[in-house]
Amino acid sequence: MTASEVDPALEAGFEAGFEAGFEATIARNDRIEPRDWMPEGYRRTLVRQVAQHAHSEIIGMQPEGSWIGRAPSLRRKATLLAKVQDEAGHGLYLYSSCETLGVSREQLTEMLVEGRQKYSSIFNYPTLSYADVGTIGWLVDGAAICNQVPLCRTSYGPYGRAMIRICKEESFHQRQGYELLMTMMRGTDEQRAMVQESVDRFWWPSLMMFGPPDAESPNTQQSMAWGIKRNTNDELRQRFVDMTVPQAKALGVTLPDPDLRWNEDRHAHDFGTPDWDEFMAVVKGNGPCNAQRIAHRRKAHDDGAWVREAATAFAARTTQAALEGTSR
Amino acid sequence: MTDTTPRAEWPLYEVFVRGKRGLNHVHVGSLHAPDDEMAVLHARDVYTRRNEGVSIWVVRSDAITASSPDEKDPLFAPSGDKVYRHPTFYDIPADVPHM
Ligand SMILES: [Fe+2]
Ligand SMILES: [Fe+2]
Repeated sequence: MTASEVDPALEAGFEAGFEAGFEATIARNDRIEPRDWMPEGYRRTLVRQVAQHAHSEIIGMQPEGSWIGRAPSLRRKATLLAKVQDEAGHGLYLYSSCETLGVSREQLTEMLVEGRQKYSSIFNYPTLSYADVGTIGWLVDGAAICNQVPLCRTSYGPYGRAMIRICKEESFHQRQGYELLMTMMRGTDEQRAMVQESVDRFWWPSLMMFGPPDAESPNTQQSMAWGIKRNTNDELRQRFVDMTVPQAKALGVTLPDPDLRWNEDRHAHDFGTPDWDEFMAVVKGNGPCNAQRIAHRRKAHDDGAWVREAATAFAARTTQAALEGTSR
Repeated sequence: MTDTTPRAEWPLYEVFVRGKRGLNHVHVGSLHAPDDEMAVLHARDVYTRRNEGVSIWVVRSDAITASSPDEKDPLFAPSGDKVYRHPTFYDIPADVPHM
């Protein structure tokens, strides 16, 4: 038998063996690495999740980026610039791990600007006041940390390693935001009102960042079985609420939920239900800023094309010069 | 309509960072760059924004030869039964010091 005629029974046997190896690795709580065999569904789920995560970091630069030039002092500008630059870095770590699953960077960028892959719904809300910079650091990065810390133990090696790098940097993001809000709360009545108004706008969208309720999240169970996700959406949302309530109290702001109260029996906070219709509308592309965010990303990519092409041409010319043994 | 013809991507580089003197360079991830020099500059921006390293190596990903498609392949299997390579294989009386 030649190499080209593979016996189908033999091939099925190999496949079953590989699958057993994969399942055993997952069962041992060990990591799957890029060159390991993996089921197509596992690969597809990871590409979707890691790409969505990467896109969120990249699109997430926009709402805050628009305040860099208007931040009130050099210190605040430098902090915000560093924070937004970190988000670019997070996007790059994640694109790099996504590419180990066999998709190219160019494909990923195309799928984002054509709306075929999603990013976090939170970034489709506008930043109307400077207090939003603080609120985003506190609540949005806070929610991201809640999501990301368990993902450091995700079953796919490159994704987990990217998450570890990201988590190390996120605590700066949350703390600078909280400190900004504390500073404003020590200011005038008008400044305190700005903080409260900002928290009122961002509280519910922050809770939506954890995704739909478990009962309506069809992929969660399989993702948990594969060790891609370590907690359900509702578990993480609860954790976030419990972490945030005392922080809000220390800050002196009210979280805009009349049903929010401590439940002694559950040893956790009860809280109201986010507006899931609004969430679905934003996910489907009808949030306040969806079109603007994508248009901006597309423009940045198109405007950068000549730089990418010039660098490629320069590299080709210097390689050629080196081959010919001439100096350029 | 936008032009959807795929443009040639910059090649992929693997990035290795020496965290501090006395340590090995460790693989930290990858990035795209048009050439070696730009790869080092990008690596500095992406992977060492907080003094994470004192030295960076970059190498084209397609220049790396790997042991086998599957990391658990037979290449490593022989070492599994060579227990005599491990110090605990050898019985030493408990009263012999510093062994
Ligand atoms: Fe981030
Ligand atoms: Fe962040």
